[in-house]
Amino acid sequence: MDWYPLWNSLRIALIATGIVFFLGIFAAYYAARLPKAIKGVLDVVLTLPLVLPPTVVGYLLLRLLGPKRPLGALFAGQFGVRLTMTWWSAVIATAVVIFPLLYRTARGAFESFDESLAAAGRTLGKSNTYVFWRIRMPCCRQGILAGTVLAFARALGEYGATSMIAGYTPGRTATISTTVYQLWRLDNDADAFRWVLVNIVLSAIVLLAMNFLERRSRAKRRA
Amino acid sequence: MALSVSIQKRLGSFSLDVSFSTDGQSPFGLLGASGSGKSVTLQCIAGILTPDRGRIELNGRTLFDSERKINLPPQKRNIGYLFQQYALFPNMTVEQNLLAGVRSGSRAEKKAAVADAIRRFRLDGTEKQYPATLSGGQQQRTALARILVGQPELLLLDEPFSALDGFLKWQLEWELAEYLKPFSGDVVFVTHARDEIRRLCRSACVLEHGRSEASLPADALLDRPQTLAAAQLAGFRNVTAVRAEADGFVFCPAWNLRLRTEKPCQAVALPENALHPALPGEENAFLCRVAGEVSEDAQTTVLLIPDGAEPGTVLCMQKPEGALLSETLRVAIAPEAVLTLGSRIVTT
Repeated sequence: MDWYPLWNSLRIALIATGIVFFLGIFAAYYAARLPKAIKGVLDVVLTLPLVLPPTVVGYLLLRLLGPKRPLGALFAGQFGVRLTMTWWSAVIATAVVIFPLLYRTARGAFESFDESLAAAGRTLGKSNTYVFWRIRMPCCRQGILAGTVLAFARALGEYGATSMIAGYTPGRTATISTTVYQLWRLDNDADAFRWVLVNIVLSAIVLLAMNFLERRSRAKRRA
Repeated sequence: MALSVSIQKRLGSFSLDVSFSTDGQSPFGLLGASGSGKSVTLQCIAGILTPDRGRIELNGRTLFDSERKINLPPQKRNIGYLFQQYALFPNMTVEQNLLAGVRSGSRAEKKAAVADAIRRFRLDGTEKQYPATLSGGQQQRTALARILVGQPELLLLDEPFSALDGFLKWQLEWELAEYLKPFSGDVVFVTHARDEIRRLCRSACVLEHGRSEASLPADALLDRPQTLAAAQLAGFRNVTAVRAEADGFVFCPAWNLRLRTEKPCQAVALPENALHPALPGEENAFLCRVAGEVSEDAQTTVLLIPDGAEPGTVLCMQKPEGALLSETLRVAIAPEAVLTLGSRIVTT
């Protein structure tokens, strides 16, 4: 069996989750400080990919990143880089699709954060960076961690937008989900089923890891 | 060398206008009902909130000056802030919380400072514990230690006892006073409880709807309040606004009473122990219906409803020893015993 789809899926999911981890957290942090009207609009825009069908997201991305489209043409002309039909096109598509999951869970976590802890840190002479990374983030860690794992799990399962923007090229852009579809379409039921099992095992491991991490951080504070 | 504050700030429909100085008056109390702007005031002093206008100076240093565009961040103000629920970092152990409070020194010096504070604040054995596992007393001592290891110039105490009751409150209050004795800087203490002001503060001022009144020695403020708000916060229950009339009289619409007072005024307080059953021919006497009596810690209180009073109003009178009460009673108060109040005294 060629393990490329597994490796490619993991790589795409990890990189996309990594990017979205920072983008989602900072968007959530700064959105909370905006005036109400702007916040409402921004919230809708940032959450939209969660409710749109992945094919619609894929379509919109193609309109933006396709070789003849503004951004795609710019990158092709300036840097000679193709934004579609590569494995990292899938990273872009996946990042867009999972962004709202992290953004919303992080926002919820930040909203329930006790601001007097941040104020206490600042009056004790701690820098804003310290307050953010050593106080705010650890206190919101449960929510953010859950959001991250959820986003990662969703990234592993991303199919619609990815198949549109990265396509299916064995050994280059194939992921587990696109491989399962292709194998099923070609009537290769045995291999399709093998990949389905791989996917189930992988997802189960991710969810187990999430439960384990949650329990450990809770136990530590009560110790 | 002290804190002097004179600031204004609008927050929605609420407006804050506070000025006071702790010069020679520390520990200084800010006494106000909830929503009077006490916490906002402290947050402005600490730099967590920014006032719209005014000045804040600490020991000759300007922390905030709207005209000179000075606004030091909280990190540079060197002010210790004890939060209502202590705001201990739940993700750090006691030791790490204290370490977060040390402002300068090498790593070894910081560790030594923490070890010393753990001993002084009787936190031995809790070093590796998380705040959630500490008792109320240990939490308060950790919060105090965390602030004092940073050697602040000023201490702000934001209703540290408001969430506590009974014996624990008493114990923590006593403990706080003990631990603050060696502290050489000024202290600003915010509360709605008059007994805390009396026990912990040298002087205090009343905060009413965001505006500060004149500063007075704590005992004077509580025993001889000068405004309606101060009288209510000082625990006087017979307080009402009045209308001045001719010949040294005032009329109290709520109680339907005409009283002679020593001075013209805008409000009066009738001390409960100054009200008494009227003697024949006595001045300031009026007929009341006796609505009942209640036992309290230090006295039995008779509840009186003056003839023609607005519904829902009641006067409290300390029950005289051995007095027998009928259904109606003529009570009186000497003109010099009526506390005359202004509606507001603006800080000068």
